[in-house]
Amino acid sequence: MSALRVSGLRKAYKDVVAVDGIDLDVRSGECFGLLGPNGAGKTTTIEICEGLTTPDAGDVEVLGMRWASDATALRQRLGIQLQETQLTEKLTVIETVRLFRSFFDRGPLPQDAVALVQLEEKSDARVGALSGGQKQRLALACALVGDPDLLFLDEPTTGLDPQARRQLWDLIDTFKSAGRTILLTTHYMDEAERLCDRLAIMDRGKVIARGSPFELVASLGLEHVVEFSTAAAGDRIDVDALRRLDGVRDARAENGTVRLQATALHRVLPTLLDELSRQALPLTELRTRSATLEDVFVALTGRHLRDE
Amino acid sequence: MSERAPRTIPVEIRAGRLGIRGQPIVQLTLTRIREFLREPEAVFWALLFPILLTTGLGIAFRSRPVDVVNVGATDPGLAESLRRQPALAVTTFAPEHGHEALRAGKVALLAGRAPNGSVVFEFDDTNPDARAARSLADDAVQRAAGRRDPVAVQDRLLREAGSRYVDFLVPGLVGLGIMSNALWGLGFSIVDARRRHLTKRLLATPMPRRDYLLSYLFWRMLILWAEVGVPVGFGVIAFGVPVRGSLFDLVVLCVLSSLSCSALGLLLASRARTIEGISGLVNLVQVPMWIVSGVFFSARRFPAVVQPLITALPLTAIVDALRAHMLQGASLAQLAPQLGVLSGWLFVCFALALKLFRWR
Repeated sequence: MSALRVSGLRKAYKDVVAVDGIDLDVRSGECFGLLGPNGAGKTTTIEICEGLTTPDAGDVEVLGMRWASDATALRQRLGIQLQETQLTEKLTVIETVRLFRSFFDRGPLPQDAVALVQLEEKSDARVGALSGGQKQRLALACALVGDPDLLFLDEPTTGLDPQARRQLWDLIDTFKSAGRTILLTTHYMDEAERLCDRLAIMDRGKVIARGSPFELVASLGLEHVVEFSTAAAGDRIDVDALRRLDGVRDARAENGTVRLQATALHRVLPTLLDELSRQALPLTELRTRSATLEDVFVALTGRHLRDE
Repeated sequence: MSERAPRTIPVEIRAGRLGIRGQPIVQLTLTRIREFLREPEAVFWALLFPILLTTGLGIAFRSRPVDVVNVGATDPGLAESLRRQPALAVTTFAPEHGHEALRAGKVALLAGRAPNGSVVFEFDDTNPDARAARSLADDAVQRAAGRRDPVAVQDRLLREAGSRYVDFLVPGLVGLGIMSNALWGLGFSIVDARRRHLTKRLLATPMPRRDYLLSYLFWRMLILWAEVGVPVGFGVIAFGVPVRGSLFDLVVLCVLSSLSCSALGLLLASRARTIEGISGLVNLVQVPMWIVSGVFFSARRFPAVVQPLITALPLTAIVDALRAHMLQGASLAQLAPQLGVLSGWLFVCFALALKLFRWR
């Protein structure tokens, strides 16, 4: 059963096409991710689904309802966390949650919602005194006070330190295991890999790939990435020769680092080392790792997720 | 990292268990009050500043005691006679110095003796002080010479409250406070929430939008008691400013005044995205009214052509109505024109604000 169905979505701002014909199908109980660099149209897409932005064209069906006719009923059943909201700094944590709780017909008690995001110790602290991670957890509590059937999280861990990110991921895991449907946007490939059952990779207003993280990585037809750097200047490396090696799919040189997409490490590594000594290139660094969503994005667009 | 085991989602509970405090309008109004009280500067400007202003201006323009007039005498005997009149401060001069003092304005009148023995008063008859001095000096000289009044006269002195500058000023400052607090209070608070994307976040909840705007009006109503009570109470206690109309009428008048100013504030804040933007708008609307609406001096001083325009301004209506109520004891029926102007502003501004209000 679908919790969210989007088809033919289009939205343009003046001369910029933010969303250019997007179809999505989020199943009930799954965590679905929109992964893409900044400016890919993720936020516009999620805000259209949240009923905050009106699309120029396309159809959006949320929990079997539509914004045009069922906005009031829909609002009661959605939990929303926006990317750039700054909550009132003069209120305390519990006062903020109580305020948001008052808007919903049903849901947990304010103190239970605070406990849910592990902010009990900070219950009476002013919002202005919270750390970035604590503020983000408070935003999550405000999204959860209505006991939502569908949770929208827009870049939930952007700007957080690694520990705060892991803590937030654990919380989101808890909601997943409770069977909640989540739609989240992120430009962190590790976040998408860690949290999402399925995802759509977005770039320039379009979905360029979709599937589970495993499927997406497998679709590249490669299992490994070999990265190395040499003491020599980048332009001395014969990248074409590397590309022709047995078991190598593709090779790219970038900022002095060469990245090979490889299918079988045991065949690639010996031939690579032979080739490097033939080109008389002294190796300074060599790494191998499994392919990631980042590599999927690079393979599809030739750019990195973090490129602005 | 937290060591705690993952929690399960707590049991769902109906809003009814949260009682009246679970109502959006209650929570939103509480938020307004908390934001205000936790901002000490806002409390200062809203409540203490009017007291300081009233005190300062009240002292500067207080009614002075009866002035003593400086006069000069060139004859010691005359000086002696003049000193019996307490309203005259007498200095004795040599004749040449006396004329110098008169020309320099150090004395308003110079008394001397003519060679034939008659008394000569030298003074400028276009100067009211000098004319008063002439009559006082003449009286003193005649009495000293043994004059008896044929008719007995008694003086009864009146210092009427309600006709001093401070009486004029206090209603003006109360009106100014109502307007200024409403415009700044709503303007800043709403634009700040919009700037922080908080209004957009609230829009994403099932919050009734009407409740959000209403919470600002309720908050103004709750602060109004202090906003009006503090300066009026201070004026009554410290300066004996009269409140001649009924308390009920005063409450109605202040509530309507505050509501129409809040609606104006809502309208100004309906689109602005930055604090600089809203500050400019509020000043643009407010500063001209400070000058023309008769807060510090009578609006009647402006030319007759602009009087209809001035009368239609909300601050003029508030200040005129407050003065008529406090100083002349006017009833609501007598204040109908001002109440009409205020209702007009309330209706038009609120309707426009609802239409124009931008949540994001």
